[in-house]
Amino acid sequence: MSDVNIKKLKKNAFRYSKVRGETASRIRIPGGLVSAKSMARIAEVAETYGNGTIFVTNRQGVEIPGIAMEDMDNVNRMIQSIIDDSGVNQEERDKGYPASGTRNVVACPGSRLCPFACYDTTEFARKMDKAIFPNNLHVKVAFTGCSNDCAKVRMNDFGIIGMTEPQYDPSRCVSCEQCVKYCGLRSVGALSMVNGKVVRDTDKCIGCGVCAYYCPTRAWTRSREHYFRLVLLGRTGKKNPRMAEDFIKWSDEESIMKIVKNAYAYVEEYIDRNAVEGKEHIGYIVDRTGFDEFLKWIMEGVELPEIAQINPRPYWGGKHYDKY
Amino acid sequence: MGYSFSREGFDAVLKALARTYRIYAPVTFAGQGRFTDVDVVRYDFVTDASQIEFGKKSEYAFKELLTPLSETLFYFTEDEVKEADAQPGEVLVFLRSCDLHALKRLDQMYLGNGFAEDPFYKRIREKLQFVLIGCPASFENCFCTSMGTNRTEDGYLFSVEEQDGKILCEVPSNLKLKQLFMENGAWIEKALPSFVEENDVRVTIPATVPNSIYKAPLWDEYTARCIGCGRCNFVCPTCTCYTMQDIYYTDNGRVGERRRVAASCMVDGYTNVAGGGEYRRTKGERMRFKVLHKIYDFRRRFAYDMCVGCGRCDDACPEYISFSNIINKVDQFVKEEKADE
Repeated sequence: MSDVNIKKLKKNAFRYSKVRGETASRIRIPGGLVSAKSMARIAEVAETYGNGTIFVTNRQGVEIPGIAMEDMDNVNRMIQSIIDDSGVNQEERDKGYPASGTRNVVACPGSRLCPFACYDTTEFARKMDKAIFPNNLHVKVAFTGCSNDCAKVRMNDFGIIGMTEPQYDPSRCVSCEQCVKYCGLRSVGALSMVNGKVVRDTDKCIGCGVCAYYCPTRAWTRSREHYFRLVLLGRTGKKNPRMAEDFIKWSDEESIMKIVKNAYAYVEEYIDRNAVEGKEHIGYIVDRTGFDEFLKWIMEGVELPEIAQINPRPYWGGKHYDKY
Repeated sequence: MGYSFSREGFDAVLKALARTYRIYAPVTFAGQGRFTDVDVVRYDFVTDASQIEFGKKSEYAFKELLTPLSETLFYFTEDEVKEADAQPGEVLVFLRSCDLHALKRLDQMYLGNGFAEDPFYKRIREKLQFVLIGCPASFENCFCTSMGTNRTEDGYLFSVEEQDGKILCEVPSNLKLKQLFMENGAWIEKALPSFVEENDVRVTIPATVPNSIYKAPLWDEYTARCIGCGRCNFVCPTCTCYTMQDIYYTDNGRVGERRRVAASCMVDGYTNVAGGGEYRRTKGERMRFKVLHKIYDFRRRFAYDMCVGCGRCDDACPEYISFSNIINKVDQFVKEEKADE
């Protein structure tokens, strides 16, 4: 097997390996939740065509190494049930994944499991994956249930952090002050006592829900609406690694879907045509066009809820290894 | 005498009753639990039968009506005091057998404990009537049969229970109700409420508890496990402790109000006294006080146990501490102490 189209191989979600003639199959697990059946199939692929080992990746995918390049078609047929099971969009059956540019959509376990999570991260991540995959553009989206950011969404182009707007019923408050105590210990200290009742500093509050979690009487409860903080354009890498910066506080789901989809059109327009392998982090494009241009594109048709606060001037720091 | 209703028929009864009474019943509050998209069942006023949660144990007890979590007693200006207005009208409370037994404990504490009655409790209590919700099966953590609170023979206007899509009501007396029920439902011979006869959880209460329990090592575990959140007290239908607050309004410090709010013997500060003393510092000591009050100390004063075995404390504990388990540990300790004598 000497003539292999490596560009096609990569696009088909196989990896270019340092071992000549070998590759690795990259399985997407949007939202990070996989059925035991698919997990067993992954193991089966590794036993049949790989070397019996499986890499668990940082983006919640798995990579099955040690696959001979001539077995790629067999592997694609074998992973069909995994693709079906995960609901990932496909172009042709038994041909594996149609793209690898837009990365697996990451999510922490979210409200299906975690007591702190403010929404069903898995569901939102799957919905996002459905909307943006397959696509060859290098885009990273990640979802985390609360401000703890266990999913490290600030290392992504789009990071979605769950929020709840605490609802307070003073008639159920007995001044036990546990919300004040734990908001201080576990969160930002946005609560204080005035005349035996709790006052919330709405500017300081990050909507983490710690008050509702600790309140023993249901004086504090979660808002019916699920809200999100959207953070933008974090990245790792050699030139200028940096954390994503806050863009919208108290966004709704629909707006986030629109913004991410809009960003693809912006990238199509402004990506460096000579970028190596057609890959350029969105942040570098924005560094070139200016944030205002980016803002114009991504906010097209977006109607934020009244409560939403937008940061029109995010400033990114990080390391500038490429500057001096 | 019993009656059988369709859902619509029962709703018509409820709507008619709502003209005379405010109706207080368990309600499912969507998404208002501790965790995201988790409901909570607690009491509230309803106007429609479909709002009443018949299928679940309410996580918080009906006592919030009688002893509000936070209640303003009176307002004061420089030289005048104005008592807070009482809520108008009669109230019909839907509750289960264990809770009707809990009512007896609340009455004991507020109306029959020493020479004085509590007027703020009394003025609410006088306006209450009760509807007994039947229990066809025990819920998780209930131990009502061990506490003898599983059955209730009187003290309610009528009973209500859902059976095969029908609402069954038994009316012990009250001619007026019978007429209303007849108009909206069908007479049936028997519509007696179900009572739980067996729980998965059983407890044995020791007849007497020696003073050596005070330093028993069994409490140490709870110093480490309990986080002192007080949920066990706030959900308990028989916990009656409160604390007082005098509030001076921030924009005019010469005017204010006196409130009483529910207190918890597990929460920090409960035993704090002037000068910085704190009588029960560790969670283990607080647990000992609470448990013995519920299953021993109250009985020494009133000849029956305070705990009604509803198991809400076990349902609510975020650290999975089981009160019924502690009762049995106390019993075991007492038996071992006796064996040593």
